[in-house]
Amino acid sequence: MCRYCEGTHECFCSNGDAKCDTKGLGRIMGSVCQEDLETIREFLVESHENLSHLDQSLVELERRPKDAALLGSIFRTFHTIKGACGFLAFSTLERITHHAESLLCQLRDGQRELDPVLGSLIFETVDASRTILASIEANGNEGDLLFEDLTERMRAAAESKTVEPKLASGAQIQAEVPKPVEVPKPVEVPKPVVDPPAAQAPPEPFDPKQAELEDRRAEERRKDERPRASVAEEEESSRSSAAADANIRVGVLLLDKLMDLVGELVLTRNQILQFNAEREDAVLNATSQRLNLITSELQEGVMKTRMQPIGVVWNNLPRVVRDMAVSLGKQIQIKMDGADTELDRTIIEAIKDPLIHLVRNSCDHGIELPGIRIAAGKPAQGTMTLRAYHEGGQVTIEVGDDGAGIDLTRVKQKAVERGLLRQDQADRLSDREVTGLIFLPGFSTAQTVTNLSGRGVGMDVVKSHIEKIGGNVDLCNRPGEGTTVKIRIPLTLAIIPGLVITSGNERFVIPQVSLLELIHLDEDISKRHIEYVHGAPVYRRRGSLLPIIYLNQVLGLESADPADGADLVVLQADDREFGLVVDNINDTQEIVVKPLGKQLKGLTLYAGATIMGDGRVALILDVLGIGQRSGVLGEVHEQTRPTEARNLGIHSQTQSLLLFRAGSFERVAVPLSLVARIEEFPQSAVEHAGNGRVVQYRSRILPLLSLESVLEPDAVVRGESSDPIQVVVFNDGDHSVGMVVNELLDVAEEVINVRQRSSRHGLLGSAVVGNLVTDFLDVSAVLDASREKGYCSAEAGAHEKSILIADPSLFSRGMTRSGLDMAGYAVVEAANLEEVILRLEQQPVDLVIAARDLPPDGCSALLSVMRRRSGWEKIPVLATADSVEELHAFNGGGASVQGCHVKSDRIGILGSVLQLISSAEGSGHATVVVGEKG
Amino acid sequence: MTKVSTNMAPGPSEGRKSSGQFSTFAVADLVFGVDVLHVQEVLRVQPMTAVPQAPDVVEGLINLRGQIVTAIDMRRRLRLPARTGDKPPMNVVVRTLDGAVSLLVDEIGDVLHLDESAYERPPENLGGVARELIRGVYKLKDRLLLVLDEERTADLAVGRPAQ
Repeated sequence: MCRYCEGTHECFCSNGDAKCDTKGLGRIMGSVCQEDLETIREFLVESHENLSHLDQSLVELERRPKDAALLGSIFRTFHTIKGACGFLAFSTLERITHHAESLLCQLRDGQRELDPVLGSLIFETVDASRTILASIEANGNEGDLLFEDLTERMRAAAESKTVEPKLASGAQIQAEVPKPVEVPKPVEVPKPVVDPPAAQAPPEPFDPKQAELEDRRAEERRKDERPRASVAEEEESSRSSAAADANIRVGVLLLDKLMDLVGELVLTRNQILQFNAEREDAVLNATSQRLNLITSELQEGVMKTRMQPIGVVWNNLPRVVRDMAVSLGKQIQIKMDGADTELDRTIIEAIKDPLIHLVRNSCDHGIELPGIRIAAGKPAQGTMTLRAYHEGGQVTIEVGDDGAGIDLTRVKQKAVERGLLRQDQADRLSDREVTGLIFLPGFSTAQTVTNLSGRGVGMDVVKSHIEKIGGNVDLCNRPGEGTTVKIRIPLTLAIIPGLVITSGNERFVIPQVSLLELIHLDEDISKRHIEYVHGAPVYRRRGSLLPIIYLNQVLGLESADPADGADLVVLQADDREFGLVVDNINDTQEIVVKPLGKQLKGLTLYAGATIMGDGRVALILDVLGIGQRSGVLGEVHEQTRPTEARNLGIHSQTQSLLLFRAGSFERVAVPLSLVARIEEFPQSAVEHAGNGRVVQYRSRILPLLSLESVLEPDAVVRGESSDPIQVVVFNDGDHSVGMVVNELLDVAEEVINVRQRSSRHGLLGSAVVGNLVTDFLDVSAVLDASREKGYCSAEAGAHEKSILIADPSLFSRGMTRSGLDMAGYAVVEAANLEEVILRLEQQPVDLVIAARDLPPDGCSALLSVMRRRSGWEKIPVLATADSVEELHAFNGGGASVQGCHVKSDRIGILGSVLQLISSAEGSGHATVVVGEKG
Repeated sequence: MTKVSTNMAPGPSEGRKSSGQFSTFAVADLVFGVDVLHVQEVLRVQPMTAVPQAPDVVEGLINLRGQIVTAIDMRRRLRLPARTGDKPPMNVVVRTLDGAVSLLVDEIGDVLHLDESAYERPPENLGGVARELIRGVYKLKDRLLLVLDEERTADLAVGRPAQ
């Protein structure tokens, strides 16, 4: 009822009551009642927000039923809605929320426990409230549904607590209800999706002792919690009203308009800046600088207003999953990662439905029933993982599950049955192509597909939705292990920093986010270090090969004169790196991303276009698209651990690993670079010497160790059953040790991030190599073990000597270091010249081993610094190079180092180190020149 | 050449608002008209940015006061011989449901007010891509004015030869 005219039509209030016969007054109030409408609109917006919060909080509450703060917040939400309803005279909604409030009040005061039935009842309230709100929004009134049945059940539930504290919601008050597992009598429910499954939900195991305990606790809580709760409530309400004062609601259209204007402003600013650069006018210069600053700040501010965390959409998903799980009799938990990833609000809106669809799909078809899961050796509870992150100027959202995955044979079979493919075509498809079939429209709508073990229904709809906003969908299937759907949404309507480049006389912009580094290629083509692997160009970058592509070839542009010199832009997309050869690098600029017309939507090469300072249009390159088109990225693969990999912040390189099985260890890895040789010896060659086994090997004695004897020194060593035995030989300076393994498994190329450190002696930890968990052997422990047995000893004179390794590559440092560590030297590391100086200032060392390509200016720069500082000038320096060729090139330079080695020549390095250090000691000064080894 | 069709049911602008006024332009020896309500503006030659690997009818992108507009070469769109001589093409910027598109034409004509009675559906013997893009014909005194369907013209999937 209108609070101004008290229900007359005459104030033009849409909520007027026809029976009201107040005269005259209402006309004056007409304008005020417009305000009333405004109030209702605000109420609707606020209530919708509140309800979506409720969904999330309630799911959370089911997990942590004892969380007083959570209960309090849920209670307050209902209370807010109820209060507003009373004010605006929405009686049905008021009644429903009132009952929900009383139930929650009991929960909060510890008079009863939350059980699934009660939970479903509250969820039902939320749904009913939504229905009413929708009706208010559409018709201006609460509609015909009175939800009497719901309120009746809630009243009953609320009253029943006086009979039995843990009683589930009963439709009738039954004094003798023995246990809370009792299901309420079947009643007509407006939302059957939620309720009947809830009734079938497996009740929590009832433990009388536990219940008694709970009761007592509840009793105690009841005594002291009530006053506290009300105080907290008051505090909360005062805080929330303060928050309301600090915020106002702004229409999205206005924000969009502002964003467009800012975009224009940025372009104009760019034009002014360019104009300014061409003349020398102090006033213009100062003004344009100021314009520049203000524009940037304004732009940032307006951008922020439009951004929303993706969590806004994710909020409802726990509820969706919970309802699905209950109705399907499955156990599913949902994990969210990156809920704070911000997206433009238009995009948030657009991905809402596809996301819900994917989540439902995963629950329905992906995750198996608990029994099946247990039989497959998985935990009964399935896990859905949602992940969002920024990548390559795009936002990637992953929806994954650990369910059964897609049965590809079934998919093929269905495709053939439905006449989409012929059998011979189906047989030729790659797994990936088969997965792609799921996105075909004809494929998914059919009823028959729902009984597939995989996905199907409506995936084409998801795809078309995402593609409508310029994104793409990818599906990664791991049969038996689950499915991950990866949605990539491009940057649209945004202002981003970009690198302006030229190729074939055209300008292009590369989004800065994809950019890793810029390398200038020598004008002399022969010195460009571009090599070919079976025709595929690669660039040698700090010891590893980088696939490169020529932009003008990808785009079919005329190539500029190669003698003009070119630049290599190193880009990252989809977790892989590649180099893009361009004619010229111009500068970096803030650019406004403008979408391309629909005529060009099919081109994956471009992410959009922008307007440059001179008013001309330049295309923004889509790094991922270019990479895929030219084949350097190949098939899209799943990014397994984006956050962890980035958090490490270390430049990891791939490493070759030798995998083997030894003793009770199924899969052990050791860096191939540390392995000297792999040998086979007949059992008969094994001899016993001292307290261990040895073989004669290259006219020397090679001690043999088994992995068990290293890892479990006390265990009884069993004899090897195989004949001949396989031995991995490790080198430690002059000494070698052989480790007996049962079976050599593989050599793998992997970027190693040890996931789990091991406290066990002899193991570094474990990591996933080729999808299997693998233990990493600590080679130094193996060598230590052999030392303990008296086979070798650390080099004399090594103790208390310190060595600095200066090398930009973490991997090379580690490799060089391992040999020195084992020889007993104290080793410090530095990655560039600056760090070297810092380390040397902190602590003098006895020797420096420097990489030839030490950043920024190579080893010779280091030498010149060192030779000029007193105290440092006598420290011997050993130089290292990646390859023999490089070594020779370096020698030609005639730098005054004390020795030069290839990085992999660990024995040579050790020899020189020993020689240099001991002679420095003997002669009193350190200028010893050692013959080069290579 | 004209086979008179008596069926006049779909009007010259089929469903969309019509003003009865047409902005006219010439492409090769054909004269086209687009309802003035759908024409945003007419521009002289604009700096054009080529789009490598784009469909060949896309001449490039132009900057229309901060808006990026795709320019479609009408001669190539209609599979007509390429423009000869050094007279630069003109831009007719039309509004479509998917945003503005610039049509590159040879010459701009007058705005004509045309009477419904002079309208006819395209002749049955009109074939090829023109059949897809021409909505109808106005019989002018000395020539025929072809009403261009700007939506279909902007949709490059229309009239593409079957693969």
